[in-house]
Amino acid sequence: MTGILSLTTFAPILGVAAILILRFFGRTDDPKTVGAAKWIALVTTLATFALSVLMLLRFDPNLPGFQFMEDAPWFAGLHYRMGVDGISVLFVVLTTFLMPICILASWKSITTRVLEYMICFLVLETLMIGVFTALDIILFYVFFEFGLIPMFLIIGIWGGARRVYAAFKFFLYTLLGSVLMLAAILAMIQIAGTSSIPALMVYKFDPGLQTWLWLAFFASFAVKMPMWPVHTWLPDAHVEAPTAGSVILAGVLLKMGGYGFLRFSLPMFPHASLQFTPLIFALSVIAVIYTSLVAFRQTDIKKLIAYSSVAHMGLVTMGIFSGNVQGEEGAIYQMLSHGVISGALFLCVGVIYDRMHTREIAFYGGLVNRMPWYAAVFMLFTMGNVGLPGTSGFVGEILSVTGTYSASTWTAILATTGVILSAVYMLTVYRRVVFGEITNQKLAAITDLDWREVVIFAPLMVATLVMGVVPSTVFNVTQASVDHLTAAYRAAIGG
Amino acid sequence: MSLIPGLAVAYPELILAIGALALLVWGAFAPKTYILVGWAAVAVLIGAAVMAATQPFGRAFAGGLVFDAGAAFAKVAIYVASAICIPLGQRWFQRRGVINFEFPILILIAALGMGMMASSGDLISLYVGVELHSLALYVLAAMHRDNARASEAGLKYFVLGALSSGLLLYGASLIYGFAGSVVFSDIAVAVKGGAHVGVLFGLIFLICGLAFKVSAAPFHMWTPDVYEGAPTPVVAFFAAAPKLAAMVLFARVLGQGFAGAVPQWQQVLVTIGLISIAVGAFAGLAQKNLKRLWAYSSIANIGYALLGLASGDAQGVQAMLMFMILYMVDVTGFFACLAALSRQGRSMETIDDMAGLIKEQPGIALAMTAFSLSALGLPPFSGFWAKFYVFKAAIHAGLAPAAVAGLVGSVVAAFYYLRLIKVMWFDAGVGATDKPPFEARFIGVALGLFTFPVVWVALHWLDPLAATAAHAFGLV
Repeated sequence: MTGILSLTTFAPILGVAAILILRFFGRTDDPKTVGAAKWIALVTTLATFALSVLMLLRFDPNLPGFQFMEDAPWFAGLHYRMGVDGISVLFVVLTTFLMPICILASWKSITTRVLEYMICFLVLETLMIGVFTALDIILFYVFFEFGLIPMFLIIGIWGGARRVYAAFKFFLYTLLGSVLMLAAILAMIQIAGTSSIPALMVYKFDPGLQTWLWLAFFASFAVKMPMWPVHTWLPDAHVEAPTAGSVILAGVLLKMGGYGFLRFSLPMFPHASLQFTPLIFALSVIAVIYTSLVAFRQTDIKKLIAYSSVAHMGLVTMGIFSGNVQGEEGAIYQMLSHGVISGALFLCVGVIYDRMHTREIAFYGGLVNRMPWYAAVFMLFTMGNVGLPGTSGFVGEILSVTGTYSASTWTAILATTGVILSAVYMLTVYRRVVFGEITNQKLAAITDLDWREVVIFAPLMVATLVMGVVPSTVFNVTQASVDHLTAAYRAAIGG
Repeated sequence: MSLIPGLAVAYPELILAIGALALLVWGAFAPKTYILVGWAAVAVLIGAAVMAATQPFGRAFAGGLVFDAGAAFAKVAIYVASAICIPLGQRWFQRRGVINFEFPILILIAALGMGMMASSGDLISLYVGVELHSLALYVLAAMHRDNARASEAGLKYFVLGALSSGLLLYGASLIYGFAGSVVFSDIAVAVKGGAHVGVLFGLIFLICGLAFKVSAAPFHMWTPDVYEGAPTPVVAFFAAAPKLAAMVLFARVLGQGFAGAVPQWQQVLVTIGLISIAVGAFAGLAQKNLKRLWAYSSIANIGYALLGLASGDAQGVQAMLMFMILYMVDVTGFFACLAALSRQGRSMETIDDMAGLIKEQPGIALAMTAFSLSALGLPPFSGFWAKFYVFKAAIHAGLAPAAVAGLVGSVVAAFYYLRLIKVMWFDAGVGATDKPPFEARFIGVALGLFTFPVVWVALHWLDPLAATAAHAFGLV
């Protein structure tokens, strides 16, 4: 099965090539060309999803190490290395799973420069998968950083009114974090004499140096995650991005931060990770409580969900740095679950935004009278975001908080308030948008979900419920790798 | 075999000198065939490049002219970069009604001087090379002679260039006086085990003079004005090859003459490197004219190249060479795109002129986007690999704080590159552009494809070539 990783990673590029050929032979404003481009994008993303599922089926969950390894020498001592373990394989599947949904969600709402839009998304898919599959640290950096460009264009071209501001803020914030990481990466290559991630994971860096390297990686991942106080780019980016852009941003791009902590910070710099755990816990607690309160005060639904993302990511960072199996498993679970649920919530906003072209909470009210199916769907994901048992959100939250409890009791207790606060703001927004009588006459003619939207939501609902009821589907895959990671971390810090 | 022993070392120079003079005669007698003269000049440059790539290594004129792997590498790059600008410039001048056969000949003479700079083994050939190429460049800057701004650019360039030549000469005479020789290898012996303060004094002057030529801050003041005033294809020329020649000369002087004084010149280079990065990044933010903007961008980028060279070892020289080669592609390509663009016969030079370019000229706009992102150092474009080499070398040499400062500087500069992309991609168009001339468009798009994806293949052979070349400069 060697080669399947490269195939999965670069499959979307075939779609790009097809659209480019279309671009050269057809007129870009011809509806037939545009329709063909959409179908090409959809078929490509579905095929990529199929490939990744095939990969998951062939994945041996009992092995803690990397699988499907590929290795070819490059130049300047670098290698083209690919591979997945139990931690990264599910993020690959999450990416490929969300992608066809994004394409479908953009089916009607994107009307200008559709070919370019589809190309941006397909390129972005390759880069996101690449981040999770690259095993050479420079290759990882290339995927990680290249991803800024398509996202910059997606926000900047197809975004809302303040799209330029949001795109710049997104780009520059992330870039500043990543250049510091690049300096650290080059130093690591220099010291360890290799750019292979598996080799770097077992290399023992000098504890004094670890502090600096950890901080440089932290600069990048904290912005990406995003952690308080460097989260301010996220609400802007989310509000201005088109719906599918928000889904990808919340669903996959934010997870790169958490993945980075798990893949680099924890195994490569265990001493520094231990040393900075109090800092992470403090920032996480602030993120959970403060951004939940901020979310409660929002008038724009998308902004509210964006702040809620920051709060949920606080639980993730907490879990990662708890240093025990429950915490790590909870963090990974929370990331996967949040990827599905927050993506779905942005899609829920997209549904009414497509109809009414506003995201103001005050504009809506009483949607349940006109859109019963929509109300039901929105309810499920609201509950998922709150962490109701039976949905995937519950499993992630309970595990990461439990894990944190054994590391730092007070952190866990304070973080639990976030669970309550998330119920407060989510249920409030749900009540204000969906329940009550229709008072705004503009809503009188609003229509319920059409078949395309049902198709979009169905897989997300299934994922939320299956992950909520049978969490072992995920744990079976992650168990061996997480055990290995935690054991190595505990051994390194001598606990 | 040859008439004078060692003359073989100078074959590329001879080809260029004889070619330039022959073409001058041709042009003087048949000025109407100036397009043909241009293509003949391209052929001469390609011949010289082939010669430089294949001829055996050696020294001539009592060590004054050195031909080694470093010189071969630099010369091929310099000649190719010069050749590219000839068709670019001829069409540009033709469209503006300026008919001249001197343009390709001046480029040949400049290339001759640059080749000498890359090959110089003593202070005399250093100075001759620098002057030869500088004089050709002054005239080239003022080539569009009916244009007041071009004349101003030429004059400014000349006056400030003369000043820098003075500094260079003063430094050279001090070094000669205190070291007792003009040949780099003899100077190296004199410097070994502690340089006399007079020699160091001379070295500082020499570095200042060369910093002028590469437009490193604080000797950069001429750059924005000259870039803005000079004809765009001429800028494409002198933003690339002369910079490489001067950087190689830097490496030669410092490596072959002053390898014993690395700690002394290292701090000078780090300082001017970081000042250049800062000046380039911050002053670029305020620019509205694209040529001025890229002048500041080139100041910042030279800062990175100097940072690589400051490492003071072979890895640093390799980083500098890789950086310069990859940067030359960006800058030549960008100015080729700019030379291709016009709206109703008027050159498009401000950022606002580029509004909505992606719809008007998708190929050129994509190429300009690639050059901007590459100059910013974002993967997967070639500029990322350029910075990769430089920062790796700097960190290897223990210059990590400077590397971090340089990286942060690139984030500041990111803003103006992004603004250009924003204008081209996000903003609404401001009217149709003229059909771009084939040559400029072809060069722009081809170099754009080089930044990505061709560079990923090209690095496989550029990397070992630069590594071999780097070892010729006397640093280990």
